Amino acid sequence: MRYIEPHGHMVSRTTDDYEAMVTAGCAAVCEPAFWAGFDRSGVEGFHDYFCQLTDYEPKRAARFGLPHFCWLCINPKESEDVALAEDVLGIIPKFLDRPNVLGIGEIGLNKNTRNEMQILERHVDLAATHGQLILVHTPHLEDKLKGTRLILDVLKADSRIDPGRVIIDHCEEHTIERVLDAGFWAGITLYPESKTTPARAVDMYELYGQSNIWLNSACDWGRSDPLSVPKTALEMRRRGHSAATIDRLIFQNPARFMGQNPRFQLREGA
Amino acid sequence: MTRQEVLDLYFMDARSKLIDLAAFFDRVERASGESDFRLAALEQALALLHSDQPQKAKAVLLSLSDPTTEPIAKAPGKGACGAWPGAQPAA
Ligand SMILES: [Zn+2]
Repeated sequence: MRYIEPHGHMVSRTTDDYEAMVTAGCAAVCEPAFWAGFDRSGVEGFHDYFCQLTDYEPKRAARFGLPHFCWLCINPKESEDVALAEDVLGIIPKFLDRPNVLGIGEIGLNKNTRNEMQILERHVDLAATHGQLILVHTPHLEDKLKGTRLILDVLKADSRIDPGRVIIDHCEEHTIERVLDAGFWAGITLYPESKTTPARAVDMYELYGQSNIWLNSACDWGRSDPLSVPKTALEMRRRGHSAATIDRLIFQNPARFMGQNPRFQLREGA
Repeated sequence: MTRQEVLDLYFMDARSKLIDLAAFFDRVERASGESDFRLAALEQALALLHSDQPQKAKAVLLSLSDPTTEPIAKAPGKGACGAWPGAQPAA
């Protein structure tokens, strides 16, 4: 079995996790910029984080022969501070040329505030200006429905944005249809308690179309499982899905989306 | 999958989750003090399981969601609690 982890916060994971993922068949890992669990004190903290994502972390992954890619942004949890967010937006362009950068992400909303909306629009503009792919985080729990609606409004309002180059992540049963119907890619996140289980993820895959969907673990510093994508493949096997179908969902689909950026290259034979 | 196959694969898991949920409601009842909007939200969502409509997971998620459409002025914090305070029924 081969798979791609399209959304893993590896800076928060141990080297043992890298080893386990590669042992389970991971062929590439992609790391969106996110919240560290605490607010950084200034733009310098983001500069160091972007260096970690574009320099140190790919080297750590390379020790296991695992290609590592990343996405850059200031996450919505810290976007409430508009002045800080503007400073961070100012340093992103100089990192966009780094060889493992796939696009802008994970941008989006957290508590659906006006400031978060303003910074979301600025990120969308940045991505459009630089021709970047976009990875969007949708809010958690009771805020997800409203946040997903607002995010879709922002994206649809910018005529430069091609929905086929945007993935809206952390979709659940109440948001996935509107995301796919609008032509965007949909991500399903396997995360204990706050997102979906393998069984629900496979339900959604069976119900809501099977073309532009990816699965991810979003493993980070919270309770999360970096092997949840291959474990969901096992769930599909239990239901009788073929090896070809499983490969399409957990390998070919993410490769097709991220392959829109020519930097996304896998090891020969992956 | 046939219904038999679904039951074979998932019945024990659903049974276990149902008993956990029942025990949670027992625990809340035994505890002292006031509850809050989250309990009412969960009870309302639970009633949706009796519906004969499809897409019950979607209906439960919708019932626990903030249905408003305007961005708010300021973040009350970073976290989310899983139910929308505005959904509590009038006393
Ligand atoms: Zn994430």
